[in-house]
Amino acid sequence: MPTLLDFRRSIRSVKNTQQITRAMKFISAAYLRKAQEAATAARPYAQELSRVLRSTMSRIDEPQHPLLAHRPEQRILVLVLAGERGLAGAFNTNILRKANEFFRANREKKISVIPVGKKSRDSLKRAGFQFAGEYVNALARVRFLTAREIAGLVTELYAKEEIDAVYIVFSEFKTVMVANLVVEKLLPVEPIKESNQKESAQIDYIYEQPEEQLLGKLLPRYIETQVLRAMLESSAAEYAARMTAMEAATKNAGDVIEARTLHMNKVRQAAITKEIIEIVSGASYGA
Amino acid sequence: MLPDSIELVIVTPERQLLRESVSEAVLPGADGELGILPGHAPLITELGIGELRYRGTDGKDEVHLAIIRGFAEVLQERVTVLAETAELAEEIDVDRARQALERARARIAASDANIDWDRASAALQRALIRIKVGGYATKRRTAIVEAP
Repeated sequence: MPTLLDFRRSIRSVKNTQQITRAMKFISAAYLRKAQEAATAARPYAQELSRVLRSTMSRIDEPQHPLLAHRPEQRILVLVLAGERGLAGAFNTNILRKANEFFRANREKKISVIPVGKKSRDSLKRAGFQFAGEYVNALARVRFLTAREIAGLVTELYAKEEIDAVYIVFSEFKTVMVANLVVEKLLPVEPIKESNQKESAQIDYIYEQPEEQLLGKLLPRYIETQVLRAMLESSAAEYAARMTAMEAATKNAGDVIEARTLHMNKVRQAAITKEIIEIVSGASYGA
Repeated sequence: MLPDSIELVIVTPERQLLRESVSEAVLPGADGELGILPGHAPLITELGIGELRYRGTDGKDEVHLAIIRGFAEVLQERVTVLAETAELAEEIDVDRARQALERARARIAASDANIDWDRASAALQRALIRIKVGGYATKRRTAIVEAP
């Protein structure tokens, strides 16, 4: 039979935990806002760049570039973006499961990976994959330079024909509650078809440099923005998942406190009732 | 009738730096400077390491920026600059650029066969352009301080 003191202690301990989870929720919310702002700030460059790339590509009949070259997919490289830390609910589990599904579907190919984020690195290392590189502490605060480094590495491997395709697995931030698990093909770059005929109603640009040369400069930048976007999305999704998880934890702690308090009061009341009965019966005995 | 202003948009991978109506802009093209006036013919160019300057529609002082590589797209009513790095004169840390210049010079002077020439000379150019553009901000500042 737990005494009142035991109850008080256990309630206090749950309250302490609740304070921690509540603080973590607010911290994640602040980081999430920053991550979302960064994602919004990066959007204009990506949009303008892909527009320029599209119009340049459509000007060239048969675009030739190492990053456009299609080869039979025998050796693939997969970038796996997961979280930097835990306590984010099912965030890491979900994205790593998605990655595993993708690996299973491509079992017959030679797979090498580049994990981004500590959780991704740890999990893939345990599974015994061959690393072409690894980037940890890159997603807590996403920097363009990291994205450029990663993009530089994969484009180099691709241009040297050491790999035949590059995929990227990441969580796309949808809403605070929902993240999309995405597998995208990074390389080779699919020839971009003009989707909107009217918009592109072919402006006749003057090209200061030959189109092919320009394309050669545009493509690596395009890969960089794709990697950057994935990193920003994944980072925002991680903070969102952590915020949601910590909110749920705070709520659960509240439920536990409520249940324990109720139980404690019942025990307290029972003790009082017992004492009253003892006094009353003792008094009647004495009389 | 040609318009008398053109919209200048400068974006970098991490942020949009500028969106402003200007009366003229000079871009650091990879093959030399390009002056853009309102109503310029559509054009796409690669940018080198250099200085971008523009004059606002109110005829104020020229504004200077250091641009490090990228692209520019010119349309009738809009100039979009996609720069890898773009910094306003006021944002540049000239002392740091001077140190970078020293390092780059030392590396080139040491000139053993191992150094990456392209990288060393790009670092040198970057430092030089930062010092030049950063100088505009300092000049203005000292001018204000020294005025009696």
